[in-house]
Amino acid sequence: MSKQQGPAQVKSKFIGQPLDRVDGRLKVTGAAKYAAEFSAPNMAHAVLVQSTVTRGKVTKIDIEEAKRAAGVIDVLTHDNAPPAKRPSVPPGGQSQPLLFNEVVFSGQNVAVVIAETLEEAEHAAELVRIEYAAEPHEVNLEDQIDKAFLPGTGQRQPISKRGDVDAGLAQAAVKVDQVYKTPTEHHNPMEPHATLAIWSDDEHVTAYDATQGVSNSSRALSDVFGLEPKNAHVINPFVGGGFGCKGQAWPHLPIAALAAKAVKRPVKLALTRRQMFTSNGHRPETHQALTLGSSNVGRLSAIRAEMVNDTSRLESFVEPTGNDSALTYSCPNVSVRQQLVRLDIGAPTYMRAPGESSGSFSIETAMDELAIALNMDPIDLRLRNYAEKDERSDRPFSSKSLKECYRQAADAFGWSKRDPKVGSMREGRMLVGYGMATASYPANYWGASARATLHDDGSVLIQCGTQDLGTGTYTILTQVAADGLGIHPDKIRVEIGDTHLPPAPGSGGSNSAASTGSAVHNVSAALRDALVGLATSATGGPLNNVAPSDLVIESGRISSKKEPSKSITYVEILKAAGKKELQQEATAQAGRERGGTGTKGYTMQGFGAQFCEIHIDPDLGMMRVARWVGAFALGTVLNAKTLTSQLQGGIIWGIGMGLLEETFMDPVYGRYVNSNLAEYHVPVHKDAPPIQVILVPEEDDIVNPVGVKGAGEIGITGAAAAIGNAVYHATGKRIRELPITLDKIL
Amino acid sequence: MKTFEYSRAHDVTDAVHRHGSSEDAKYLGGGTNLIDLMKYGVESPSRLVDITHVPLTKISPLPGGGLRIGALVRNSDLAADPRVVRDYPALSQAILNGASPQLRNMATTGGNLMQRTRCYYFYDTAFACNKRKPGSGCSALEGINRIHAILGQSQNCIAVNPSDMSVAMAALDAVVHVEGPDGKREIPILEFHRLPGDTPNIDTNLRPGELITFVDLPPSLVARHSAYLKVRDRNSYAFALTSAAVALQMDGGKIRSARLALGGVAHKPWRAKEAEALLVGKPATGESFQSAAEVALQGAQGYKYNTFKIELAKRTIVRAFSDLAGGAA
Repeated sequence: MSKQQGPAQVKSKFIGQPLDRVDGRLKVTGAAKYAAEFSAPNMAHAVLVQSTVTRGKVTKIDIEEAKRAAGVIDVLTHDNAPPAKRPSVPPGGQSQPLLFNEVVFSGQNVAVVIAETLEEAEHAAELVRIEYAAEPHEVNLEDQIDKAFLPGTGQRQPISKRGDVDAGLAQAAVKVDQVYKTPTEHHNPMEPHATLAIWSDDEHVTAYDATQGVSNSSRALSDVFGLEPKNAHVINPFVGGGFGCKGQAWPHLPIAALAAKAVKRPVKLALTRRQMFTSNGHRPETHQALTLGSSNVGRLSAIRAEMVNDTSRLESFVEPTGNDSALTYSCPNVSVRQQLVRLDIGAPTYMRAPGESSGSFSIETAMDELAIALNMDPIDLRLRNYAEKDERSDRPFSSKSLKECYRQAADAFGWSKRDPKVGSMREGRMLVGYGMATASYPANYWGASARATLHDDGSVLIQCGTQDLGTGTYTILTQVAADGLGIHPDKIRVEIGDTHLPPAPGSGGSNSAASTGSAVHNVSAALRDALVGLATSATGGPLNNVAPSDLVIESGRISSKKEPSKSITYVEILKAAGKKELQQEATAQAGRERGGTGTKGYTMQGFGAQFCEIHIDPDLGMMRVARWVGAFALGTVLNAKTLTSQLQGGIIWGIGMGLLEETFMDPVYGRYVNSNLAEYHVPVHKDAPPIQVILVPEEDDIVNPVGVKGAGEIGITGAAAAIGNAVYHATGKRIRELPITLDKIL
Repeated sequence: MKTFEYSRAHDVTDAVHRHGSSEDAKYLGGGTNLIDLMKYGVESPSRLVDITHVPLTKISPLPGGGLRIGALVRNSDLAADPRVVRDYPALSQAILNGASPQLRNMATTGGNLMQRTRCYYFYDTAFACNKRKPGSGCSALEGINRIHAILGQSQNCIAVNPSDMSVAMAALDAVVHVEGPDGKREIPILEFHRLPGDTPNIDTNLRPGELITFVDLPPSLVARHSAYLKVRDRNSYAFALTSAAVALQMDGGKIRSARLALGGVAHKPWRAKEAEALLVGKPATGESFQSAAEVALQGAQGYKYNTFKIELAKRTIVRAFSDLAGGAA
């Protein structure tokens, strides 16, 4: 056994390198298989039938014609579906498959048709005749704003208070008091949801499922069908984007399994693009009433945020738009309340930076309005109210490099060339506006587990039950393992997306790099130490009895520091020990990595600064973001290339949020009208400007073992506000309702 | 999608024969619109006649000048044709402002003329729509009507024609050649598309079974000095909120001849002949163009969400003409 006085030194530096995606070739050649691309012998296809009324009762479902159609195997409705339990994971109520005849939103699942082919199932789905007793519905948040209520215990803290906000406002020399609004938005990943469910017997189901959390899907299936969790096997090697809509177990998952059970055959169910607007949540519409009070030199004396978002009849989802109002700036008197309004709509859910993307729009716009009122530079105003600690809880940050982000982004952008006078800058006929905002998102770290196996050919298999949403999880885990073990990335294969692997959290809240990166960091160290132990305890071996701290590891070879000629490779260690392989498992547990002090004493948060230039046609109102500079400090850079890509992707989505995205609800029908990619506008290439991402160096040995703050979401935060601030600078028009479309500035 | 018969025609006669005069058959070109509509259950033909192998893929000069465009010339090819770029620049620009490169590579000239509206309510069978189901009502009237018509609409339908290409063709006096069970005929572009009136379900004046064979662009001095301006929410791959195809022929400092057609505002490409007439003999100034714009939008009516289009259309006209005149100077 190893007699460690200190670990062996590893000479390897793949962490941080802009390594190409290890799965890049699979993806560009089409070899990477996504959920809908799996098939099984004797597989049938299921197609959902969704309600066309918004509220009421299903009075009759006539399935006879559908059942007679060619290829149809069965049609399931609430009348004939076998009983199923409510899942314990959100969105619980809405996830019950076909259990009720009550319609609570337009697009709710009311039947599923199972047929030999997809085309036959699609056709038969049109033949299911449903009669409804429709009742009046309410789908307008503003109409119901008086009915806003404080949710009970939810997953998110709805209230934050410090000091005396009324006193703070009373003493304010300058106030900003406005309502900011953001619309309903949908995630629209390129890959629609899909599930292939295969029962091997009554107690065992395997599901290939497009999900951000294989363990979550497994839990939902085991709840609904009363299975042992390990017997609900969920597999998902690749995800074509999730952005939150694959973060929960939506009803199509149990319905696919229910259908497979009913027809005793494997069943594949894929959502259509239109169904992606009714089947997997949305970002709720928000109404953000924000009041800032300030001294006449720009010191905040009060922040009051009265936030409301819509939610469904069945679920209480809080979009915590007040987080940033409570956290980002130093202010002695703060009151934040998050309230909900129930509407006859489907359940909202997480969507890229839920709360921080939508909520930064209000606080970061209001700060710009305050800067204008005070005739201050908006960066100076932010620096004057710089929060040195988390004033919500009086905790220090594990690290915070926001000042450096402001400085580097402002320099790279050329902020000093800005003429603060509104409408003063032009390029040709176009009005030019500069805008900036703070970006911020929690550095979530939830812990995970992983397994590492060294084989006798020198290759290493890393296994972890996480998922790669397309962001580069395979690649960064390869890099972490390479540096942990001191071997080349080519020797490493990563296996993820399977509940039979060591468990890891769902890929959400930007936690994966931190959680799974730390687990792989730990398991790599464990395997390395085990190898060092074998090497130093092997009687007659070259390193027998050498202290680990006197060893150095490079390219899979352990050598003595003092006598470099004494060395042994990992493969030779296995051979000498008579082993075909050596395996270790390890966990990374949140909050326990810092020994006695723990991380409970810190707030862990990533920060950044967003700067943009917008060009606006003064007559036609057409807008184009001309360039963007974002500086972000996110601890350890695991891969400069995938990190930059994620931040750029977030910024581009921020441009969509600022200028384009909105799901329209028809007021009469209570039904979405633009549920397709032609009419729901996301940015296209021509909308995406050159984007300079600056990775501000930051070391954080508190946040987690790899020192990383996730980057999945922070890129979108502050972006819409930066655009709105630039629009104001260019035109003098302050648009407080997203998206900023041309009709609002004409 | 319901089951349908599919067959492939090898020439025009064969295509017309296969189609017959049935209302229930459709010609299939690039498929960029029809197939979508079939998937949504909006179109449900029982027979598709694939015309992509019919030899209508050439652009050739007409004897007396002008161009003859085969109905199956792809949008990309038409936009890139050097003769179109030189003699009918508005047409090339209009096509390149529409859709995406992938769609333009598939879409055909005839198919583009046959594009159906992008009205949200037309695309979803859960909504009432007189265009899809006559007599069911128009959901857009009280609905989300931001992208809808401000000119020529009726209480039965406020949808707009989504084509950019057709707007340029309307300004350039194109002639649509068709062949059907009763023989060949020519339809001037302005008579090709219809206003909704009481029959918004009928988009064009094609008779049952008629196939578009060619589009002729007449020789035109004014067309050589033409342009297309499109205003939209997104910088590419978005339908027009408003657009204008304009052309000017100058005589010294005065306008000898002008063309103006608007897109995104009506159930058909909206040719504004009164505005054109007003410009004749006037100087090419912002003031002249503003007067023309006022005339062009006379009688425009907006709804809850699209009233902004009236002013936007005027500004689109003024800008399109001003830029064109500026380029001429």
